[in-house]
Amino acid sequence: MGTAVIAAPPQPAARSFVKRLQEGDKAAHLITLIFAASVFLVTVFLVYELWIHSSPSRAKFGFSFLFTKTWDPNAEQFGALPFIYGTVLTSLLALLISVPLAVGAAIFLSELAPPKLSNTCTFLVELLAAVPSVIYGLLAIFTLVPLMRQYIEPFLKKTLGFLPLFQGAPYGFGYLTAGVILSIMTFPFIISISRESLLAVPREQREAALALGATKWESTWQVVVPYARLGIIGSIFLALARALGETMAVTMVIGNDPGIHTSLLAPGYTIAAIIANEFTEATGEVYPAALVELGLVLFLITIILNASAQLLIVATTKKGSKQD
Amino acid sequence: MGRTKRRNFVNNVMLALTGVCTFITVAILFLILGFLVWNGFRSLDWNFFTKLPLSPGETGGGLANAIVGSGITILIAVIIGIPVGFLGGIYLAEFGGKTFPMFVRYTADLLNGVPSIVIGIFAWTVIVVPMHTFSAWAGGFALSLMMIPIGLRSTEHFLRSVPNSLREGSLALGATKTRTIMTVVVPAARQGILTGLILGVARIAGETAPLLFTSLNNQYWSEKLTEPTATLPVMIYKLAISPYDDWHRQAWAAGLVLLGLVLIANIAARWVLSRGASVQRG
Amino acid sequence: MIKLRPSAALSVIFNVLAFSASAPAETINAAGATFPAVIYQKWFQEFRKVHSDVQINYQAIGSGAGIQQLTQGTVIFGASDVPMTNDQMAKISKFKVLHFPSVLGAVVPTYNIEGLKTPLNLSAQSLAGIYLGAIGKWNDASLKKDNPGVNLPDMEITVVHRAEASGTTFVWTDYLSKVSPEWKSKVGPGSASVNWPKGLGGKGNEGVAGTVKQTPGAIGYIELTYAVQNKMEYGAVKNSTGKFVLADFDSVTEAAASTAKAMPEDFRVSITNAPGPKAYPISTFTWLLIPAKFDNATKKNAVVEFLKWMLTDGQKFAAGLNYAPLPKPVVDKEEKQIGLIQ
Repeated sequence: MGTAVIAAPPQPAARSFVKRLQEGDKAAHLITLIFAASVFLVTVFLVYELWIHSSPSRAKFGFSFLFTKTWDPNAEQFGALPFIYGTVLTSLLALLISVPLAVGAAIFLSELAPPKLSNTCTFLVELLAAVPSVIYGLLAIFTLVPLMRQYIEPFLKKTLGFLPLFQGAPYGFGYLTAGVILSIMTFPFIISISRESLLAVPREQREAALALGATKWESTWQVVVPYARLGIIGSIFLALARALGETMAVTMVIGNDPGIHTSLLAPGYTIAAIIANEFTEATGEVYPAALVELGLVLFLITIILNASAQLLIVATTKKGSKQD
Repeated sequence: MGRTKRRNFVNNVMLALTGVCTFITVAILFLILGFLVWNGFRSLDWNFFTKLPLSPGETGGGLANAIVGSGITILIAVIIGIPVGFLGGIYLAEFGGKTFPMFVRYTADLLNGVPSIVIGIFAWTVIVVPMHTFSAWAGGFALSLMMIPIGLRSTEHFLRSVPNSLREGSLALGATKTRTIMTVVVPAARQGILTGLILGVARIAGETAPLLFTSLNNQYWSEKLTEPTATLPVMIYKLAISPYDDWHRQAWAAGLVLLGLVLIANIAARWVLSRGASVQRG
Repeated sequence: MIKLRPSAALSVIFNVLAFSASAPAETINAAGATFPAVIYQKWFQEFRKVHSDVQINYQAIGSGAGIQQLTQGTVIFGASDVPMTNDQMAKISKFKVLHFPSVLGAVVPTYNIEGLKTPLNLSAQSLAGIYLGAIGKWNDASLKKDNPGVNLPDMEITVVHRAEASGTTFVWTDYLSKVSPEWKSKVGPGSASVNWPKGLGGKGNEGVAGTVKQTPGAIGYIELTYAVQNKMEYGAVKNSTGKFVLADFDSVTEAAASTAKAMPEDFRVSITNAPGPKAYPISTFTWLLIPAKFDNATKKNAVVEFLKWMLTDGQKFAAGLNYAPLPKPVVDKEEKQIGLIQ
């Protein structure tokens, strides 16, 4: 793998050659530095641009932007609340559905399944992570939406319709459908990372629990899972961060209604969806700035979540190695 | 005795439930892929790959320009993104000190977390408006921003995993640092680096949001890179929300093609990585 | 594997470039309304057959977006079913905007109800009531009154409107505000962006048509051609003389007849709720927004050529695509306006 020496040991005549090579090192250092720095600079520039382009809106509305309900381009009154509500609601719905299923699957794959089955299933599930958002949207429009409209939503209305959460007409489009498609999109992250975290739990922990007479389930649920809980929670945060930023699949099924509705069956809007729909037509100073400010809000939320997720996942791996 | 029986019962039920969970999640994957393959396969025809889109209501059009357009924007993203990711990763692993690499890593993670629609906003303000036109450049630039963090971090990670003994051996033989990196370290890590780059491409291949107001769309072949260009993801979106059955048919076909490419890229990346793992020696 | 896609793309690129090197085309980017998109796409295709050196890439992203992109300078010309306001035109400092009516069209209320044998009769009050949320079900008394003998189902009405700023929305709400005082007071005068009391938002005429087509019990407003091309039902609307009229070639042409002779100089006019016994009340002109001054002479000549073609040969395509051609007096006036383009 190594190559033969390029230059003979330094001799007076060759010293300048070696010097040139070492300067080559400096050049390489500089070149790679420039590229690394470009990443730093571009990101800083991005944040700067977002800040600058949202300033007309920030100046006009201040913090009340986050709490105002109205979105009225004609009157130039903009508020982020319906979109924050929709974004958070659909993401929480997604987690509510996917966390039990995904953590359950992760437990099965790490504790119970024979290795070959576990690896194959994990491989397949991780491929799900690669499916582009717009394809989920395409599938959702023609399969999930009719399913929700014709069967699931009427069923929910019939059984749980006394709750304000399940009232109103079953459109098929709406918060709930968006939540379901987002939950499918988050499965791979939670399953994959949780499974890794569970597999990282030292064997001794399981054996100790079983030696004390625990059933396999008790050992898993009361010893292994808590041990791996930081990694599992970290995966949930990562999944949440992904769900919050999803654009296409959500805008194709959420119904695009900039209002706040208590019913899960109602149409709504998310930050990413309204930017996608209205950015090209935002005229004037304040309107585009308001959309950019929405983007900034979304960015901040995902930053916080991603940072928390990283901390948690790192903490798990550190803990795993410490305990040995 | 009763208590043990209950505990065993709970044990069996809960373990069975986890199996059910796995079954549900894997089944959904199969249903998704199956549905897409079924509908997409029926809709694929020669026209799809060779013809341009026709006006609404006419049948027989295709998405040839979208396929090429996707290829072009991805190519631009790769041309920008691979050098930055690869060379930046080399800096972080081989040359960097303490503080500056930390900043670079932090901002790369930050960039990775930017929602794709916000990347679109950035590319719009920085490229589309000054250029006074939607373009493949803008679309490619937006996509490159999404692939850089993956390439950067994975290059650094795999370079770092090359044992120092290899570096020391090469330097001891009199090679310069640059030569060491180029001929010893990088080749040792090449599978991992390649995997990271392939995964980066797979990630951006299906992205739609950053393209919506950068490369926009085009009815025809884009003759220059400074023109709007059709891309598969954007076309799928437009076709899917339309009322025309023929357009739906084309959306399925495009979805199948796009998904196929993304999955092949992912599987290829894994295969490359698994081969590399066995080659690594102490 | 990644190596395969770029090189395959490269070879196709080279082939395309080589091919087009023999016929270098001037690409003109345009964007705007989805209402006339069907005929515009047809026109630009046909025009290209006659002038192979001109390629007009029209993106139907909505009237509001067309106006904004024209203002930002990212497109050469725009298209809108709602005329630009003075404020909007003032924001463009580089050039004055000339409005060129291109074709006549109709906004129809389309719905998804099974088993209807004839089109529903819909009055402005019904439509306003539906869109305001006052009328919630198809078998509501007021709908039954206008449609005696029709078996209206006991189904919730799913309202579909536009998600983005739309000229079609302007025409629809302009009509509603003219004939329904309740609409005017609760929602306001005609506008491209509306605070909809309820309903789903579709993207573009296509998005609204797609949603209505998929959702039983839905109602939406779209250009006639989208309904016809997709074999969707649409209703007859009560016009200014009290008759229920279906949108078609004759009823739309009649709606424009009275304005044709009294067309203002800048061509910005609304023909909703037009007088005439057979006039369809939700008819409209749609405009191309052309700069009065071009930087690039080749592009200017291409656009001028297209406008001339549109006013003569182009109009022949209107009827076949469920639009109506411009009245002759309007065409004559526009041909004069072409001379204003520098």
